[in-house]
Amino acid sequence: MNEGKVFSLYDFTALTKWIDTGLHHAMSPFWAVITELLIIGVLILIFYALIGLFLVYAERKVCAFMQNRLGPNRVGPFGLFQTIADLLKLLFVELVPIKNADKFLFNLAPFIVIIASFMAIAAIPFAKGLHAIDLNIGVFYVMAVSAMGVIGILLAGWSSNNKYSLIGAMRSGAQIVSYELSVGLALITVVILAGSMQLSVIVEAQRDGWFIFKGHIPAFIAFILFLISSTAETNRGPFDLAEAESELTAGYHTEYSGIKFAFFFLAEFMNMFIVASIAATVFLGGWMPLHFGAWAAGFNHVMDFIPPFIWYIVKTFFVIWLMMWFKWTFPRLRIDQLLTLEWKYLLPFNLVNVLVMAFIVLMGWHF
Amino acid sequence: MEEEVKQTGINEQEEYIINMGPQHPSTHGVLRLVLSLKGEVVKNVEPHLGYIHRGIEKMCESITYQQIIHLTDRMDYLSAHINNEAVCLNVEKALEVEIPDRIKIIRTIMSELTRIQSHQLFWASFGMDLGGLTCFFYGLRDREKVLDIFEETCGSRMIVSYNCPGGLMYDIHPNFQKRVKEFLKYFRKKLPEYDQLLTGNVIFRERTVGIGKLSLEDAISYGVTGPSGRASGFSCDVRKHEPYSAYDRVRFNEILFTEGDTFHRYFARIQEMKESMNIIDQLIDNIPEGPYAVKMKPVIKLPEGEYFQRVETARGELGVYIISDGNKNPVRVKFRSPNFVNLGVLNHIARDFKIADLVAIGGSLDMIIPDIDR
Repeated sequence: MNEGKVFSLYDFTALTKWIDTGLHHAMSPFWAVITELLIIGVLILIFYALIGLFLVYAERKVCAFMQNRLGPNRVGPFGLFQTIADLLKLLFVELVPIKNADKFLFNLAPFIVIIASFMAIAAIPFAKGLHAIDLNIGVFYVMAVSAMGVIGILLAGWSSNNKYSLIGAMRSGAQIVSYELSVGLALITVVILAGSMQLSVIVEAQRDGWFIFKGHIPAFIAFILFLISSTAETNRGPFDLAEAESELTAGYHTEYSGIKFAFFFLAEFMNMFIVASIAATVFLGGWMPLHFGAWAAGFNHVMDFIPPFIWYIVKTFFVIWLMMWFKWTFPRLRIDQLLTLEWKYLLPFNLVNVLVMAFIVLMGWHF
Repeated sequence: MEEEVKQTGINEQEEYIINMGPQHPSTHGVLRLVLSLKGEVVKNVEPHLGYIHRGIEKMCESITYQQIIHLTDRMDYLSAHINNEAVCLNVEKALEVEIPDRIKIIRTIMSELTRIQSHQLFWASFGMDLGGLTCFFYGLRDREKVLDIFEETCGSRMIVSYNCPGGLMYDIHPNFQKRVKEFLKYFRKKLPEYDQLLTGNVIFRERTVGIGKLSLEDAISYGVTGPSGRASGFSCDVRKHEPYSAYDRVRFNEILFTEGDTFHRYFARIQEMKESMNIIDQLIDNIPEGPYAVKMKPVIKLPEGEYFQRVETARGELGVYIISDGNKNPVRVKFRSPNFVNLGVLNHIARDFKIADLVAIGGSLDMIIPDIDR
């Protein structure tokens, strides 16, 4: 089992097991668990901040190159520290108090949004044995948690005491609730194929081929549908109706300033990252290397040497790049067109797609 | 409280009133629209003007005719050259000065370049109104090329003030013809990109086709001119009907559509850019030699009487009406600005559409706020 050997090179299970047993030897089980939680929390927090900062930079660079300009290039090499400078500015900027705003909800809203995206990261497998929690209903958990963000957006719109914010929040509510269905159904298509909702099992099932190749046409359609509806779910263009700069100035976060605005901003980018990593995990094989059949054994072997974390990051950023690409190309939809697209086109299409996939799996026609 | 609501007259109860502007990304300046909404649907639009009123017409009464030129730049700043031309033509008509061909042709070329750059900016900002931010940079990229030509010849990029009564301020730059030809060659290649990015886009079509329809009757009765009026089938091109400068010697089509929706108001402008390029093509090689200005008296005094001249700016018909009592200052100057009249139709066509449509319709009317307020 040559293949297995290479994989064990990059297996994080041994490392995490070793830390776990070490902690349990050193202290009582209660404190060991607390320490583990702390370590994981801090690690995820750092990862979250780094990815968030990098995504903001990436978006600015990508959109700059699509628009014939250079983008940030003054602070640090290639403007890499621009986002850090921006973040520092946001940290120190004055928090403007809003008259007649519902203070409690107004302050609570950004935290709900950011906690929702923070929790979703916990279930994502970055490499073998490298995820915070491996739930047996991983897909379901990620969907449920990321859907919580809409509460924050609705609260922000309601409590700001601003008419633009309220319209933005209402739009966002209608939009996210509708597109949640499509996201769910697109994922169910793959869950049927994999036979499990556990993300690690889904990844493991793609050892000899990613689902997007394995699952015939339905899986490919599901990938496209997932891409469209998850873009809508994360409030990104061309579905950025909740912000709709040219209509509602800034939508639900019009009244937010300073670090509270930064929370919304960061959460939006992290939601994009989460959605992209789910797409990568479920459709593009997660941290699995690119493998062809037995006829390309040499190629497969070389691919095994690239660490799984790199595979995961590359795939995720490929999906993120796709999302940026169409954000910076398409004009925005109107609210009724957005809902029409979901309820009249995507949803029926998705339902048929799920049926077709179920049929294929039943007949055993998949690879 | 209830009576108070009634007194304002614009809204009934249960309507959601929103102030769009004076600071708002899609009003393109300091226009304030008071919207009454029912959900997302716009029930009434009431424009509130005057945020950038500088009293240009009143100021004109105390300055000379040469000085008026510089104020007209500041009305519709994207058609600065054409506004200048309107005043100059009016003064020249009043004084019965014969203008040599060279001046006429240079004025026409400059007017058409102005029209092209104005429509480029329209395209750029219209794309941005609809949420396609990339359009803005594409449009401005090409507009820079025209502005560079202006800079070389007029010394200024946007507020050119290149005309003066009797001719031009100075001669064209030796590079002018070469640069214009280069630009035409460049822009002919780039214009299809505009169609790829926006015109052919499914979302764009969905957002614009059939939105904000303006019928021919309404276009005529509201006096909507320019590409916005021609999209409804209102043949109102002053260049065609009352040719001035060198428009009588060039062949071009008046772009006419019958649909009158947002898409065709947009499309008329795209087509006009092509026509403008054709006009320049016909003239650029035929600039005769000669003086760049007719010798005029240092102090221009119009004979007593009333004078009117209209021209076609990038947004429609600009009329300049001057009453003179024989002094060096006019008694009264009135500008019939296209944007003010075009704005009047906004409530009529945007009613019962959504907020997003209002933004699209407002964008397709291509309003320049300083021209509305003057």
